Amino acid sequence: MTLGPGTRTFLVFAALVVLGALVFPSSFFYRVGTLVWINTLAVTGMVVLLGYVGLVSLGHAGFFAIGAYATALLPQYGVPSGLAMLAGAAGAALLAALIGRPILKLSGYYLAIATLGLGMLIWMVLSKEAWLTGGPDGMTVTGFSARNLLKSVGITLKTAEAWYWLCGAVATLGAVLAVNLGQSSAGRAFRAIHDSDVAAASLGVDVARAKSAAFVISAVYAAVAGALLALANGYITPDAGGFMHSVELVTMAVLGGAASVYGALVGALILTALPQVLTVFAEYEHMVLGAIMVGTMIAMRRGLVPALAGLLARRRAARRAGRLARRVS
Amino acid sequence: MTSAKLGAGLSALALLAALPAAAEIRIGASLAVTGPAAFLGDPEAKTLEMLVEAVNAEGGVNGEPLKLVLYDDGGDPNKARTFATRLIEEDEVVAVIGGTSTGATMAMSPLFGEYEIPFISLAGAVVIIDPVQDYVFKTPHTDRMACEKIFADITGRGLTKVGMISGTGGFGKSMREQCLDVAEASGVEIVADETYGPNDADMTPQLTNIANTAGVEAVVNPGFGQGPAVVTRNFAQLGLELPFYQSHGVASDSFIELAGPAAEGVRLPATPLLIPGQLADDDPQKQPVTDYIAAYEAKYGDTPSTFGGYAYDAFNIVIAAIESAGADDPAAIRDAIEATSGYAGVTGVYSFSPEDHLGLDLTAFRMLEIRDGGWAPVE
Repeated sequence: MTLGPGTRTFLVFAALVVLGALVFPSSFFYRVGTLVWINTLAVTGMVVLLGYVGLVSLGHAGFFAIGAYATALLPQYGVPSGLAMLAGAAGAALLAALIGRPILKLSGYYLAIATLGLGMLIWMVLSKEAWLTGGPDGMTVTGFSARNLLKSVGITLKTAEAWYWLCGAVATLGAVLAVNLGQSSAGRAFRAIHDSDVAAASLGVDVARAKSAAFVISAVYAAVAGALLALANGYITPDAGGFMHSVELVTMAVLGGAASVYGALVGALILTALPQVLTVFAEYEHMVLGAIMVGTMIAMRRGLVPALAGLLARRRAARRAGRLARRVS
Repeated sequence: MTSAKLGAGLSALALLAALPAAAEIRIGASLAVTGPAAFLGDPEAKTLEMLVEAVNAEGGVNGEPLKLVLYDDGGDPNKARTFATRLIEEDEVVAVIGGTSTGATMAMSPLFGEYEIPFISLAGAVVIIDPVQDYVFKTPHTDRMACEKIFADITGRGLTKVGMISGTGGFGKSMREQCLDVAEASGVEIVADETYGPNDADMTPQLTNIANTAGVEAVVNPGFGQGPAVVTRNFAQLGLELPFYQSHGVASDSFIELAGPAAEGVRLPATPLLIPGQLADDDPQKQPVTDYIAAYEAKYGDTPSTFGGYAYDAFNIVIAAIESAGADDPAAIRDAIEATSGYAGVTGVYSFSPEDHLGLDLTAFRMLEIRDGGWAPVE
């Protein structure tokens, strides 16, 4: 029996969510697990943009922050958190669509700089408009509890566990959608653009429209991830929309392998969990992370997951060739 | 592929699970040792490390050795919350000190009520302790108190009409709002309200506006970093004769160096840490201030900062609470912290109560004047 890529992704992600819950001994592990799933979701958006279409955005933390702040602000005006989250995603999508058209005409470094500018603008608004956002000190996010949500369907869990399950479920859903998107005609158009704009256009792909669509989709991923983080933390500051966070998202995608959702998961897992492991020698944390990055870029350009998969495939092929050679001789 | 990923995940988990044995009293801290707020977090971390060493050299607390579990959150609220969870769950600390910035503190603070672990923040904002949360305390005084102290000094001189020139950075902005808020209650009137950007090189136009405002009697400059030094130099260049006030944000020797002779006569509210030699012998803060400076200079060869002083006080309040309540029950430690009364620290004399988790009054600030390139208390 062969499984479709979407089903396979669902099984792998769901199995990992369950596995985490089986081995985690305390709330702290659930907390780190939650952050891994939230980051995986945001990086899955980067996979669509960077991995499928080949566009670099250094401003995605801006969309992340839009989702987060919408979830923080709207409940203060009586909007339920779930609706606020959707509004944040819609707001990010709208902004991405408006901004995307002009700036996606740029490519390479120019696009990276334009998106960087967009991210900085969002960050500046969040830090300067203190009457609305609380400024650099940030603001409290209230009105939603994952624990109460699960309780209402008859499951009673600790707060940290409830967030883990909720974020794991959303990340799984996000990954399945991204994989299915990659298999669709839109996904094939994305890949064609990745190889060559001109060739894709000559095949009848509306390049500008496809790029804009990918930008909007990845912005929605970031916004939903941001909303989840804001709710899970109960507090949000403009740091979530800062330049370093944008870089972190790109780094996770590139480290794990931007072409697949598994790469998103591995990148998010390494860059989220490793700093917790490295606190033992905190002074060397940045050195180790830097070395991993440089090493990956030199030895495995496509990222960890594709490189390891390639290695495995080569070994299997070599073994098969060896068996064949013995049989012949 | 999947098995490689699982292996990586599991080995990371195994490393995470390497737990310390429970034989000592553990105190946790999550501070911005690196990152943009490192100039605050670094002296705080150094102070805590120094104090733990000193306590252990003298046999620990109640005969048990003390262990400091210190994490660097880089000022990121998200990391701070993860580290707070880790301190409580994995390291099983009995109390937590930290939160260099308000954001980091606010992200952590709901956890302490949930797990019933006492927490003393080292960040400035009023929101940390207002409304009061059972398990959350803080040691630094607030912007609001600095405004009140300055305004009290101004009215003490028989003046009421104040011109303000504020930085638009986080600190200046927050203090400006607090000053505007307390002006009326303090009996002063803000007649001019100018602002400048954090990197502006010349504030002469704003100062001229203030000088030309009818009836202005004193000038206050809430701000942080180099801006206040520029304002001070411009103030002297314009030959303004009005009483001039800076904030506690620039209460360090480097301000006098930056502003040069123009700083003469400037007044600002600060902790007694700047004037150890000029404190009266019967001043309750003389002993802690001289002790702290001597210990810090001996260990690091550097003068301690106000921010390190916040950590010094937080640590000593926690230790005193553990000495009286024992280290077994964090809730009992919390009660002992709240019962702290008349503890003379570096920053001020703390008396907590169920309604007040800051525990300082205006006497914690000393009004200082810059004279002959040094600090002198205003009598």
